[in-house]
Amino acid sequence: MTDYDAIVIGAGHNGLIAACYLAKAGHKVLVLEGRELPGGCASNRELAAGVTVSDCAQWLGQFDRDIIKDLKLVEHGLALGEVKRTVALQTDGKHLVFDGNSVSGAELSGEDRDAYRRFTRQMNAFAGLVQKLYRQRPPKLVDSNWRDRWTLIRLGLGLKLLGRENMRDLMRVALINIYDVLNEHFNHAGLKAAVALDAVTGSTMGPRSPNTVFHYLHRKAGDRQGQEGPRQVLGGLGALGESLARAARSQGVTIRLGSPVAAIVKDHDRVAGVALATGEQIASRIVLSSADPTTTFKKLLGYRHMEAGMARRVEHYRTRSGTAKLHLVLSELPAFSGVATAELSQRLIIAPSMDDMEAMLNPIKYGEVGDQQLFDISIASIEDPSLAPAGQHVMTALVHYLPHSPKEGWEAIRSQVVAQLLNQLEAYAPGLKSLVTQVELLTPADIEASYGITGGNWHHGELSIDQALMMRPFPGSTQYQSAVPGLFLCGAGAHPGGGLMGLAGRNAAQEILRQGALS
Amino acid sequence: MTSPDRNLMLLTTPFHRCIADVCELNDWGVWMGYTTPNAYFDVELEYFAIRSTTGVFDLSPINKYRITGPDAEAFLNRMVTRDVSKIGVNRVGYAVWCNDAGEMLDDGTIFRFGQNEFRLCSYQRADEWLAWCALGFDVVIENESDDVAALAVQGPTSCTVLTLLGCTDLNQLKPFGIAHYEFDGVPLAVSRTGFTGDLGYEIWIAPEKAEVFWDRLFEVGKDYLIKPIGSYALNIARIEAGFLQARVDFVPAEEAVRPGRTRTPLELGLAWQVDFAKPLFNGREALLRQKETGCTYRFVLLDVEGNKPAHHSFILKNGKTIGTVTSAAWCPTAKTNLAFAQIQMPHGESTDALVAEIYYQRELHWTKVLAPCKVIDAPLFNPARRRQTPAPPH
Repeated sequence: MTDYDAIVIGAGHNGLIAACYLAKAGHKVLVLEGRELPGGCASNRELAAGVTVSDCAQWLGQFDRDIIKDLKLVEHGLALGEVKRTVALQTDGKHLVFDGNSVSGAELSGEDRDAYRRFTRQMNAFAGLVQKLYRQRPPKLVDSNWRDRWTLIRLGLGLKLLGRENMRDLMRVALINIYDVLNEHFNHAGLKAAVALDAVTGSTMGPRSPNTVFHYLHRKAGDRQGQEGPRQVLGGLGALGESLARAARSQGVTIRLGSPVAAIVKDHDRVAGVALATGEQIASRIVLSSADPTTTFKKLLGYRHMEAGMARRVEHYRTRSGTAKLHLVLSELPAFSGVATAELSQRLIIAPSMDDMEAMLNPIKYGEVGDQQLFDISIASIEDPSLAPAGQHVMTALVHYLPHSPKEGWEAIRSQVVAQLLNQLEAYAPGLKSLVTQVELLTPADIEASYGITGGNWHHGELSIDQALMMRPFPGSTQYQSAVPGLFLCGAGAHPGGGLMGLAGRNAAQEILRQGALS
Repeated sequence: MTSPDRNLMLLTTPFHRCIADVCELNDWGVWMGYTTPNAYFDVELEYFAIRSTTGVFDLSPINKYRITGPDAEAFLNRMVTRDVSKIGVNRVGYAVWCNDAGEMLDDGTIFRFGQNEFRLCSYQRADEWLAWCALGFDVVIENESDDVAALAVQGPTSCTVLTLLGCTDLNQLKPFGIAHYEFDGVPLAVSRTGFTGDLGYEIWIAPEKAEVFWDRLFEVGKDYLIKPIGSYALNIARIEAGFLQARVDFVPAEEAVRPGRTRTPLELGLAWQVDFAKPLFNGREALLRQKETGCTYRFVLLDVEGNKPAHHSFILKNGKTIGTVTSAAWCPTAKTNLAFAQIQMPHGESTDALVAEIYYQRELHWTKVLAPCKVIDAPLFNPARRRQTPAPPH
């Protein structure tokens, strides 16, 4: 006798979304979360009295619009801010402002401006094609079945419809790097770096790394089906987690917080439930894991409980990140040179040039901290004053190109690295340091420890073409199934991957329902 | 131990000096990178030594892995398709293993020396696969191929000869049992195993004692007409006994380049080796699916009419090619023209009216024979002495 039809491991956004869709279909679902609050990477933390910070993720750009509608998240309290413009800060104060398909800036040539419009139009067309693949299970190439074949036919048709020129271009650039592509299009170094930033954050890639064009298209595809660009969640990203939890409960899903799963339990040859850290065992007909594949298979299931070829693939699965998160509490609004106060609520980025970025990548390959980093900054308390006491502000930044495991160990160098990051920010915002009342750095290792994400990689595994689409996370465990009967993946480690997107959770539930795994 | 001479392009086994002394035909082959004799003096006479007296085959090049540690049994049980827990201490079991797709990687024997102490003998080098299989298991795997010298001592008088050599009460050893002795101050393990389908033993000893052992064995065996045998003679014996050989009767999956060339145990007539009652082993899921959907290929033993060995023959049914012969031999004791064949034919379908298309050459003249074949259920050579305990005296 099983207690539940399905147990979902992890109350992150994908776990909750999968739970909602299964419960909507009439199934009895239990969500188990190790942390004390729902949302996973979409959660808040009180940094100081009255100061709330979006703890892990920072922006909501790619979250699927249909999921918001299907799960009535607005009714459950989700409120989104405006779509942000991106201000790319330049050392000379002559910043670039990206607004949808256009870019402006004092030093920008008309040629670059036009090129940017053409570039975004083309990338949007490509992203549209990728997006088609994201809303359903990825087609397998070896098995032949009508559903996968139909997906491939539509993909082929979509390629055709791009037009001759675009199709040729996509074939040409899809597998190369963003460095070469951007050099073909633009002259302005800051412009190229700003675009390249979106192609590398969350990974350990530099602009010249393979897969960066794919990484960029992933991001753009997410924006297209999502929120048209970065937005804040009012009340902090935790409000998304809370609204998903409310939606899930309203569908009858049981959510148990503070209940870390210690092991996925098998009965004879199939997964039959989970064991909690407390020793409690809960049985279910199937188990969905929204934890990353390495955690799911290596830690929770254990290599000895799967066939050797699968263990080998898990062991080879790459899940690294060079992205950290910086949290600052400020006594008052900072001033960035050349940025109007009204613009401070936008997305501010610091990315000098692609060559600088490539140079920043090198040290982290060898467990070292370089002297320069990239920043993707949000001062969320401007648009959303509820996040900080009146007058004070909370500023966060995704900091790219910090190693997961520096040679010296993070504790030995943490304060020194924080000081170095503040100095870099100070160069763009003189006086900032004097406003800082509290500072916190979440290194990739901290993100791994707090959120249980192997390597701290927010995609739950490097998003490269060999670990994407029909090969995500690895052959033999695609299409949300794992090679172990009764165990499914519903997190970012499954197609289409990470970013706060929600499609992995939705697609997984739909695939399980379609296969009749619960009927 | 005596290290093999690494300056030679091919390695030599610990018995090499003894072998070279008596290898009258000087007919050498290569096995696992070792120089090994194809034949010593006459293939047929060597074969008849196996069946009538005692044949001695140098087994040293076989891959040997020592597997120890608390998870040794669990490790092997996840790796091979049979239930290893059923192999008792001082017992040996035949085993096959597959990749996750259920494709045969290799077959071999598992020796259990203690609760957590095993030796795996494999046809293929298995270091890498064993290392991958060890993920998640508390197990130590050591390649002891060069540390153990081995001989197969096979035939009706083999028990008597080894007993004379000091293996007391060897006749009490049951098939697939292991007995431990001392020889010239070093441990000597004797297992009642072999590749001939006859009464026979395999002996395992430190390489530095290999030559002394060989010399003494042939000294005491002289009156019992002990003969060294090469791989050609052994091949006839193993075909007669119905034993498969990796790389001959199936392509090990890790070596297969072309799609569709691998085979599963179910397609090789080894379903008896696959224990689906075990909750997990490599290839289980794939093999379960295949069990449900049925196999495309099957492996058959054929009694081929006439006396022309059906080497590499096509197998026809109603004039259509449905498969090929992988091993073939005229088997002198069974007096049968045997062939192993892989045929593309679902189980249950009638195997009546199969024909082997045999080509053979006499004085540059090629002749084709269409020989009717009969599928046989079990090997025709299966003497009582193979199973008898105590082993019959001579």
